[in-house]
Amino acid sequence: MGFWERWRIPIMLAPTMSVIILLFIGGLAYGTLVSLGWQPIIGRTEISLRAYQNIIFSEQYAGVFWQGLLLTIWFSFASTFLGAVLALATALLLRRSFFGKRLATFLYQLNLPVPHVVAAIGILFLFSQSGLISRTGAQLGILNYPSDFPVVVKDKFGIGIILSFVWKEVPFVGVIVLAVLQSLGVDYEDLARSLGANRWQRFRYVILPLVMPGLLSGSILVFAFTFGSYEVPAILGVRFPRTLTVTAVRFFRNPDLNARTEGMAISIIISIIVFFLVLGYMWLSRRAIRKD
Amino acid sequence: MSTVASVYSRPTASKRLARALHYCAVALLIFLLLTPLIAFFFNAFSFRWFYPQLFPQEISLRAWESIVAANSKVPEALFNSTVLAVGVTLSSVIIGLPAARALGLYSFRGKRVVEFLIISPTIVPGIAVAMGLNINFIRWGLSGNLLGVGLVHLVPVMPYVVLTLSGVFSNYNPEYEQQARSLGAGVLATFWHVTLPAIFPGIVVASLFAYLISWSQYILTFLVGAGQVITMPVLLFSTASGSNNALTAAMSLVFVAPSILILILTARYLSGKSSAIGGFGQL
Repeated sequence: MGFWERWRIPIMLAPTMSVIILLFIGGLAYGTLVSLGWQPIIGRTEISLRAYQNIIFSEQYAGVFWQGLLLTIWFSFASTFLGAVLALATALLLRRSFFGKRLATFLYQLNLPVPHVVAAIGILFLFSQSGLISRTGAQLGILNYPSDFPVVVKDKFGIGIILSFVWKEVPFVGVIVLAVLQSLGVDYEDLARSLGANRWQRFRYVILPLVMPGLLSGSILVFAFTFGSYEVPAILGVRFPRTLTVTAVRFFRNPDLNARTEGMAISIIISIIVFFLVLGYMWLSRRAIRKD
Repeated sequence: MSTVASVYSRPTASKRLARALHYCAVALLIFLLLTPLIAFFFNAFSFRWFYPQLFPQEISLRAWESIVAANSKVPEALFNSTVLAVGVTLSSVIIGLPAARALGLYSFRGKRVVEFLIISPTIVPGIAVAMGLNINFIRWGLSGNLLGVGLVHLVPVMPYVVLTLSGVFSNYNPEYEQQARSLGAGVLATFWHVTLPAIFPGIVVASLFAYLISWSQYILTFLVGAGQVITMPVLLFSTASGSNNALTAAMSLVFVAPSILILILTARYLSGKSSAIGGFGQL
C-alpha cells in the first residue's frame, strides 16, 4: 500500500476535522474549564463545581434557573411537535399535482431564508396588542382597545416564541418531507390501493413509515436549535421566567468577570441537557420505527 | 369515441368539491406563511399609524431616508455581513469538499465517529462554543474583528456543507475521473471538467446553506465580535429593541431581500427530483 492510499482518507478529513476539533471541541472544552472557575486573567486557577451549585441550588439563582429550564423545555417541545405535525400535513397538501403547484411550492419555501431575528419581529408586528391582527379585530368591531387583545407576545407562557418557531420551522421540515415524498413516487400507494387499503390506511401504513425518518431527523435539528436559541426568546420573552440562553448571555455580559463562571456553567448545562434529550429522542424514534 | 371519453373524464361532484377544498387549504397555508412578511411592508412605509387603522393613512419614506442617511450604520453592516457570508461560504466549501468526498465514497474505520463529530455542532448550542472561544479569541487578537467572527461562523456552517456534499458524492461514480486521467487530463482539468459539473447542484445547495447561516447569525457574531463587528443582524437586533417600528421594518426588508433573491435563483436546486436537501432525511 502506497503512502497516498494509506493516508488518503485522513488527509481528506483533516481540514474539516481541524475546524471541528479546534473551534468546536476546543471552545466547548475551554468553556467547561471556565465554568469550573478557571480564569487565569483575573487570577482564579482553582477548579470547583461552585458555579453549578450556585445556579442549581442557591436561593439567589435557583428560581431563575428552574423556571427558565421549564420554560425552555416547554416551548422547544411544543414548537417542535406542532412544527412537525404541520410540516407533514402541508407537505402532503403540496405533494398532489394541481394547477399552480410550482408557485405554491416556491411561496412555501419563501420564509426559509428569513433569519430568526426577522421572524421574531414579524410575529411582534402581527400579534402585539396594537399589531395587525388586533387592528383587524378592531375594524371588525370585535375589539375596542389594544388592551382587549390577549397578551400572546412577550407573555409568560412563551406563546409568541412558539408561534415564531412554528412559522419558521414548518417550511424547513416540510421541504425535507416533500423531497422524500417526491423521491418515493406513488407506486407504493397504488399498490396498497389495489390491495384495498383506504385513505387512512394508506397514510398510516404506507406514507407515514416512509417519511418518518426524514420527519424525525428534521425535527431533531429543529428541537436542538430551538432549545439553544437566543434571538427569538430575547425579543419575544419576558423578564421572568427568562430562558436559560438569555440568562446565560446576561451573566456573560456582566462587567464583573466573575459572573462569567455562572454564565458558562448555564451554557454547559444547556448543552448537556440537549445532548441527552436528543439521544433519548433518537433512541425512542428508532424503536418506534422498528416497531412499524 | 370522444363523447364517451369526455363522459368518463368529467369529474364527479365530490371530486370537484375535494379539489376546491384542496385549493382553499393551499391558499390558506400560503396566506398564513406570507402575512408576517406583509406586515413588514405595512410598517416600513407607515408614519403615525394610529390604532385601529388597518392600513397606514400616511405613507412615508422617513425610515428609508434614515437608512441611506450619512450617519446610517446600514452600509457598514451590509458590507461586514457580505464579506463574512462570502468568505465563510467559499472557505467552508473548500474545507468541506474533501471530507464530503471521503464520507460519500469510502467506508473506513471510525467513520461513524467522524460523522458524529461533524454533525454535533447542529446539536450543541452555539452560545456554549462562542462563550468558550470568546476568552481565547481575545488573547489571540481574534476578538472584535471579521476574521475571528468568520472563524466562529464556520462551526455551525460545516455540518450542513459536509452533509449536503457527502449526499451528492454517495451517488457519484469516480470512474469517470480515472477515464479522464487515462486520456491525459491533469488533476485540475479533471476536477474542473469532470468532478465539478457532476457535483454542481450539491455545491449550489451547500453554498446556499453556508451563506444563509452566516448571513443570519446573531449571537455568535455578538459574543465574538464584542460589539466591534456590526453586521445586519446585530444592527437589526439593537434597532428592534427601540420603538421605531418603521425603521425596524425597513431594515428587516433590506436584510432579507438578498436572501430571497438568492433563493429565487437557486430554488430549482432545492426541491424537485434532483433535490440535495433530501440527504437530511438520512441523518
